[in-house]
Amino acid sequence: MYKRLSIRQKQITWAWAFLAIPVIFYVVIRFYPTGNAMLISFQEWNLLGDRAWIGLANYAKLWNDPVFWQVFRNTFVYLLLGTPISLVLSFFVAYHLDKIRFMHGFIRMLYFLPFMTSAVAMAWVWRWLYQPVPIGLFNNTLAEFGIPQIDFLRSTTNALPAILAPAVWAGLGFQIIIFMAGLRAIPQSYYEAAHIDGVSKWTVLFEITIPLLRPTVVFLTVFSSIGFLRIFDQVYNMTTNDPGGPLNSTKPMVLMIYQSAFTDFEMGYAAAQTVVLFVILLLVSLLQLYLLRDR
Amino acid sequence: MCFNRFRAIALATATGTLATFSTETNAVEIEYWQYFFDARVTAMEQLIEKFETANPGITVRMTHFPYADYRTKVAAAIPSGEGPDVVQLFYGWLNDYKAASLIQPLPSSEFPSDSIDAAFFPMVSAMREGDSYWALPTAVRSLALFYNTRLFKDAGIEGPPETLDELVEIGRKLTKRDGAGNIIQAGLTLGMTAQDHHWFREGLVRQFGGEPYLDDYRTVNYNSEAGLKAMEFYLGLGAEDGIGAFGFMDEPQAAFKAGRAGMHIDGSFRIGSLNKTRGLKWGVTELPATADGIRSNYSSYWVNAITSKADGEKYDAAVRFMQYITSDEAMQIWLDVVGELPAKPSVGLTEANANDQIFGPFIRGLEYANTTKFVNESAQRQIMIDLVERVNLQGVSIKDALAEAAAAEQKLLDEYHTSKN
Repeated sequence: MYKRLSIRQKQITWAWAFLAIPVIFYVVIRFYPTGNAMLISFQEWNLLGDRAWIGLANYAKLWNDPVFWQVFRNTFVYLLLGTPISLVLSFFVAYHLDKIRFMHGFIRMLYFLPFMTSAVAMAWVWRWLYQPVPIGLFNNTLAEFGIPQIDFLRSTTNALPAILAPAVWAGLGFQIIIFMAGLRAIPQSYYEAAHIDGVSKWTVLFEITIPLLRPTVVFLTVFSSIGFLRIFDQVYNMTTNDPGGPLNSTKPMVLMIYQSAFTDFEMGYAAAQTVVLFVILLLVSLLQLYLLRDR
Repeated sequence: MCFNRFRAIALATATGTLATFSTETNAVEIEYWQYFFDARVTAMEQLIEKFETANPGITVRMTHFPYADYRTKVAAAIPSGEGPDVVQLFYGWLNDYKAASLIQPLPSSEFPSDSIDAAFFPMVSAMREGDSYWALPTAVRSLALFYNTRLFKDAGIEGPPETLDELVEIGRKLTKRDGAGNIIQAGLTLGMTAQDHHWFREGLVRQFGGEPYLDDYRTVNYNSEAGLKAMEFYLGLGAEDGIGAFGFMDEPQAAFKAGRAGMHIDGSFRIGSLNKTRGLKWGVTELPATADGIRSNYSSYWVNAITSKADGEKYDAAVRFMQYITSDEAMQIWLDVVGELPAKPSVGLTEANANDQIFGPFIRGLEYANTTKFVNESAQRQIMIDLVERVNLQGVSIKDALAEAAAAEQKLLDEYHTSKN
C-alpha cells in the first residue's frame, strides 16, 4: 500500500511520523492535564477519596472568597508595577550599555548574572537583607545613621514592593540582552541620515530607536507580563513562615493555588483558580498583542 | 532508596545463609511507608532488622518519600492495590484516611481497646472509635522551654523559670536593646509561625482557666474571658516593654540557635538540630506553670496503621509488625535514635527516661498534655498568625482580633464537619 502513494504523499506520511512524537508528547504532558484540570474544577476532591461532581460550586466559592479578591488585586499590582518598571530600567541600561566599549562584555555579564541565579537562593538572600536589626543589612545600615527601622517584609504595605524588587532585578539581565539585540538590529544608515540632518539626540531616540524597537517591546511586554502574573518563587521563599503574608498582602494567585491544592487538599478549588488564571493570562496576552500590533 | 534495597538484599542473603532454606520459601513480604526524615529511617531500619530476626517468615520492605509528595503517593497507590501494607500518617489525617477507605481498623483481638487505653498516654485515645483503634503511634511529641545556659550565666540567673511570672521576670533580664530601643537580644522568642500557636491553644488558654474547644474540638471556645487573658498575656510579651519581638531574627528557632534569644518554646523534634548547632549551650525545662502550679502542654504524634490493601497472610504479617512497632522495645529504640518520646508511660516514665536531662521535661509534659483535633493544621495556624498581625500591624484591639479569629476557625471546622456528614 505504501508503494502506491505518490512522492508527495510519502513525504507527508514521513513528516507526520516524525511529528507524531512531539504531538503525542504535547497531548500527554500538556493538553491532557490541562483538560483534566478543567474537569476537576467542577468537582470536589481531596486527593484521597472519590471525586464528586459539584457543578459551579468551586467558582461560586471563589467569587465569594475575600482572600481571592485580595490575591487577584495583588497579582495585578505585581503585573502593573513589575512590567513597566522592568522594561524602562532594562531599556535605560541597554541603551547606555550599547554605547560603551570599555569592559562592555564584563558589565553585560554582571547584569546577566542574577538571571542565571536560582530564584530560591536569591529570595533567601534578599529575605535576610530585609530583616530588622540585628541581622538585616539594610536596617543595620539605617541604624548606623540613626534612621528609624523600616519594616520591609513585616508590613502590609511595604512587603509587596520589597518582594517585587528582587524579582525585577533578577529579570533585568535577560531583558537587557534582548533590548541590545534589538538595538543592534536597527540599520546604522538611519542614524547616519539623522546625523547629517543634524537632529537632536531626543528626536533620534523617539523617532528612530523606539519605533524600530516595537517588535522587541511587544515580545518583552508579553513575556514579562506572563512572568509577573505567574510570580511564585520569590514570594513563597521570602515569606515561607506565613506564605503570602502578612495578612495575604503579598499573596499572588499561583501561591493561593498551591496552598489550596497542597496544604488544604482542595483540588477542585485549586483547579478552579488555575482555570481563572489561565483565562486572565490569555486575555492579558491577547490585549497586549492587540494594543501593540503594527498599524 | 536504592541503597536501602541493596542493604535489604545484603541482609536477606546474610540471614539466608544462616537460616534454613525452608523459611525463605514461605517468606511473606510486607511493605512499610513513611516520609523521609533521616533519623526516622535509621530507627525504622533497626526495628525492621529486629522484627525480621524474631519473625523469620516475614520480611519488611521500607519505602520513603519526601514529605511534600507523601499524601499524593499514598492516595494514588493504595486504591490501585500497590503500595504499603502498613503506613505512617499524621494523627490529624486519620479522618481523611478513614473516609477514603485507605486504612482498616486494628483487630480487637490483638489490640483490645481497653488495654490500649490503659497502656498508652491518654491523648492517644483520639485514635479510638467505638470499640476499635484505627492506628497507634510509636512515639509522641510535646513542648518544653529551651533556654540558653550561657546567656543565663552572663545575666547572673540561677535557673530556668518555673512559673509564667518568673518567665517574664527572667525574660526582662535577658532582653537587650540598642540605643533606638530595637531588640538585639530577646528574652523569649515569639511567633505563631513556630510552636506558639500550640502553646496558646492547649497551654495558656487552659492555664488561664479556659477550655480552647468544646464538643470534641468541633466548637471554638477560646473567645472567652480566659482566652482573652491568655492572648493579652502572650501579646504583652512582645509589646514595647516586652521581652521579645515578633519577627525578630526572621524566625524563633533561628534566633535561639544563633544565641540571640534566652528562651524558646519548641517541640522535642528540635533537640536533634540544636545538638548540631556549634557553640550553643542549652538546657530544657517544662513549660512554665501558673502561680497556682497549673500546667498544660500540647502533644502531637505520627501513627502507624494497616492499609485496606493488606489481606490474607500479609494482613497477619502486618498485624505482627504493628504489634512490634508499638512495643516497649520499639519505643525505647525510637527514643534513642530519633529523640521522639515513647507513647506509653511504661517506657516514658521509667526512672532513666523521666529524669533524663533532655527528654525528662518533655516526657513529664505528656502527663498533662492535650492533643488538638485539627481539621487543617496549617489553616488553623494561619488564623493565629493573622490574629497577631492584625493586632501588631493594623492596630486592631486584641478582643476584636480574637473574636475574628474564633469566627474564622469555627467556619473552617463547620465546613469540614458538614462535608463529612
